[in-house]
Amino acid sequence: MELVCRNLTKRYLTKTAVDNFNLTFNDGHIYALLGPNGSGKSTLMKMIAGLTNPTGGYVELNGEKVGWKTKADIVYTPTEPFFFGYMTIGDVADYYGDFFKDFDRRVFTELLREMELGESMKTRKLSSGMLAKVKIAVTMARRAKVILLDEPFNGIDLIARDYISKLLIRYAPEDGVVVISSHMVEEIEKMIDVAVFMKQGRLELVSDVEKLRAEENISLADKYRQLYSKEA
Amino acid sequence: MEFQNNKPIYLQVIDDIKSKILSGEIRPGDKLPSSRELAELYEVNPNTASRIYSEMEREGIAYTRRGIGTFVSESAEQFDSIREETVIEETRSYVRKLKALGLSDKEILGLVEAFLKEG
Repeated sequence: MELVCRNLTKRYLTKTAVDNFNLTFNDGHIYALLGPNGSGKSTLMKMIAGLTNPTGGYVELNGEKVGWKTKADIVYTPTEPFFFGYMTIGDVADYYGDFFKDFDRRVFTELLREMELGESMKTRKLSSGMLAKVKIAVTMARRAKVILLDEPFNGIDLIARDYISKLLIRYAPEDGVVVISSHMVEEIEKMIDVAVFMKQGRLELVSDVEKLRAEENISLADKYRQLYSKEA
Repeated sequence: MEFQNNKPIYLQVIDDIKSKILSGEIRPGDKLPSSRELAELYEVNPNTASRIYSEMEREGIAYTRRGIGTFVSESAEQFDSIREETVIEETRSYVRKLKALGLSDKEILGLVEAFLKEG
């Protein structure tokens, strides 16, 4: 699998959200997409997912321009809740099963059991931590090649965060990529292997996390501070 | 597990596994978890986990049997060398810390002796 962003650009009337972004994402890696608010992370993810059209450049998955043909291989999970409140967890599973051929109901059921959640529970009644967990469960139960997660750790407690990290590690595809945008730089360092830093819509730096430690003697958070402290 | 900030994560996990071997929690010949399970256990990247096992094999602490899994080395020499390495590393970091606090060699020796007497 190869996911390529070439000269990828998104311009709005008054500002450029993503500016000439070039990067090839390789198989078997978990990427972190890092940068302050407004650096273009979400817009980039939405373009990779084919949910918003670039104003310049393109995204290709295995040589195929991202669009309806690649939809089955790419999953994007936004930070906002996206279930209808009246739906039960079982309804969510049906909905996913209908929409996505690759949705593996067995995996989802197994995860629900692990989380001690029942299919009859209404999503409206779930705590934000539970909701975040269900979101990751439906995401990972799709065996997609490109998994894009926008701020999966926002507004949830430590226990839910640990559980989500474990699920991501367990189901990260060997023949695909996971891209996580997050402000929790310290927390996600150990689970990712490549960090992609963005600054004002542009690609600032790509770093191998263990290399930062081995060669520069610094953690990911230290690197983040180096790159952005002047902006804060 | 809490990771320190200035040392590669894979090395810290290896240190942790070594200390478990020394304490007897993991025994020579034991089958280790699959690398994906190891990743989940320590909540580290799956590639980091693979690297942990290949590094442990390189050091002779573990060996892999194709299709069966990774095992802790059974050789006594390996055990002794991990032990020796751990003792040296611990002593070095202890001495460094005390020196950084401004203690003289004599004071450090005195302290160690005092604690040894205390038992």
